[in-house]
Amino acid sequence: MPEGTICNKRPVASREDLDALLADSNGKKYYAEMEELDVDAEKLWATIQKTMKSRTKTWLDICAHCGLCADSCFLYSVNGRDPKQVPSYKIQSTLGEIVKKKGNVTNEFMRMCMDTAWSKCTCCNRCGSFCPYGIDMGVMFGYLRGLLHSQGFVPWELKIGSGMHRLFRAQMDVTVEEFVDTCEWMVDEALEEWPCLEIPVDKEDADIVYMINAREAKHYPEDIVEAAILFHVAGENWTMPSEGWEMTSLSMFAGDWEACKMQVDTVYGAMERLRPKRMVATECGHAYRATVIEGPYWAGRPDGKPPVECLHYVEWVAEALETGKLKIDPTKKIKEPVTLQDSCNYVRNAGLRDCGRIIMKHIAEDFREMAPNKEHNYCCGGGGGFNGIGRYRKQRNVALKMKREQILATGAKFVIAPCHNCWDAIRDLEEEFEIGIRWSFLKPLLIKMLVVPEHLLPQE
Amino acid sequence: MYEILTGPLLWIAFAVFFVGLAARVVLYFLGLDWRLDRVAYKPHMAYGLKGAFRSVYRWLLPFGTYSWRAKPIFTVMFFAFHIGLVIVPLFLEGHAVMIRNGLGINWPAMPQILADVLAIAALAGGLGIAVRRLVLPEVRILTDFKDIMLLVLILTLLASGIIATYHTANYSFWITLHVLCGVIVLLTAPFTKLSHIALFFCTRIQLGMDFGIKRGGMKSNFDW
Repeated sequence: MPEGTICNKRPVASREDLDALLADSNGKKYYAEMEELDVDAEKLWATIQKTMKSRTKTWLDICAHCGLCADSCFLYSVNGRDPKQVPSYKIQSTLGEIVKKKGNVTNEFMRMCMDTAWSKCTCCNRCGSFCPYGIDMGVMFGYLRGLLHSQGFVPWELKIGSGMHRLFRAQMDVTVEEFVDTCEWMVDEALEEWPCLEIPVDKEDADIVYMINAREAKHYPEDIVEAAILFHVAGENWTMPSEGWEMTSLSMFAGDWEACKMQVDTVYGAMERLRPKRMVATECGHAYRATVIEGPYWAGRPDGKPPVECLHYVEWVAEALETGKLKIDPTKKIKEPVTLQDSCNYVRNAGLRDCGRIIMKHIAEDFREMAPNKEHNYCCGGGGGFNGIGRYRKQRNVALKMKREQILATGAKFVIAPCHNCWDAIRDLEEEFEIGIRWSFLKPLLIKMLVVPEHLLPQE
Repeated sequence: MYEILTGPLLWIAFAVFFVGLAARVVLYFLGLDWRLDRVAYKPHMAYGLKGAFRSVYRWLLPFGTYSWRAKPIFTVMFFAFHIGLVIVPLFLEGHAVMIRNGLGINWPAMPQILADVLAIAALAGGLGIAVRRLVLPEVRILTDFKDIMLLVLILTLLASGIIATYHTANYSFWITLHVLCGVIVLLTAPFTKLSHIALFFCTRIQLGMDFGIKRGGMKSNFDW
């Protein structure tokens, strides 16, 4: 079978395509069709020849097979040091073989590659910093995901996810109207406690444009209003775009580079339309990476930068605390031992290691570092799409063990996770292993600790 | 045999070595592509070079990186192996004489005792690396025939050189074997994993630039 009806090489192009995928419970039919999907070896090889130049080619070529990457990989460690989880082995036995065979690989082989690319690597890029040659298997797995996607070998949820981006420019089916309604509704709810609170939509030339993860609009809109409260208290001149507010990119997890470009073009379009001085991104690692770190390249921006200066939420909070825009009531600081999850996407891959420490200095009395931490920190266990793929839930649950050990070793029962994906993984970790921990984003914590200026409080 | 090996063949081998490796370096940098690699090399060259320098420097320094510190035994073996393999061939008295005679330049040489220590340390390090490769499952799974052959070649090169220096009984056999291995190394370097002699710097510079430009280098330095 060259192509299935829902599992095929074509990306989602219409609501009908998306509904057909969504109607397939757990991707049962999708994965059954995948077993029959033809591999277009010619196209695969042509793509490789066109896109695999110096860097990846040399990486594959000169790997010294020294195994120094083994211990760098948390998946290797938590899977009983299984040699098949050594990063170098994982990439050589998948991408390496495809290249060796010039694309002449079987359907079964492609499915093995898919399982490896999405359940044995979270693209956390930790291995890359452990290799003497600087070979980054995370980057190569990203590349492999792109090849697999182009041939239709992509997990069901991620085909849906990138389809959502193609149709709605958001990882979930949230339309412009629904988004604006949600903002209005959330402000109405909060007005009693926070008079004069607003979420200015589409305000031009503001100091800050705030952008989010679609899940906030869809599932926890209180996060949006919390951001609004904090901007309000900090006295920021800010706005949100009605269109182009979604920073995430499940298409990045899926390797659907075309959808990545479509998504980020919308976001940059909003920046160009509203001309804010800066953009502040919500507490999400992959959203930041997609829009700020990788996005410029998808959009073809030669300077590798988004149209305006972009800050992750931890940067804005650190700055607001340091400059006194936000003041913490010292009596309300966190007294119990607390630890911080460093997101791979904005710490190792974007250099924001210090912001978290600055924030902790302001809000916590007993901050405990995980070991290792900062750019050497381990992935939460659910990165790169791992959290959301049903097919790999079992493997994902095993992957959570590293974070469990790291958290337990700090002695803290409270974890601050300023990243959606890490937050999810830590929530699931508690559900799976019941180690008695709590976890939180920064926003609700900060609101509880703030010194609120008199004039912003409700009049009795 | 020895005359052929140290005659024109040696010069051909040197030519292949230098021209081949130079070509690989040039091709590597020509093949970098800001769109495919997703790194804006040119507009942020200063940040890139800073990142590149840091990354090369820290990795050339024993225990200079988190990774080297995480594997101290391997690190010691690795540096013993590589320091010996780079320094001894360049400044051994016997080699210096050949260079002086061949090229007529005043080539410096190191004391024999230092060369001995470095060469023996390199051999020990290399043997350690070979044992590690066979013993550790995480390295064994990566090891292929070429890796073994390469190690055999380099260890033979080292051992024959050391033996030739001290066991004059079979001197001509050992020295011929030594030169043969040396010639094979020079001839194959550009086409095998030995190309890392030059490409190590290329890939390290590239990832250093990646971290220096794109992955946060403008905000804070990556602490290798």
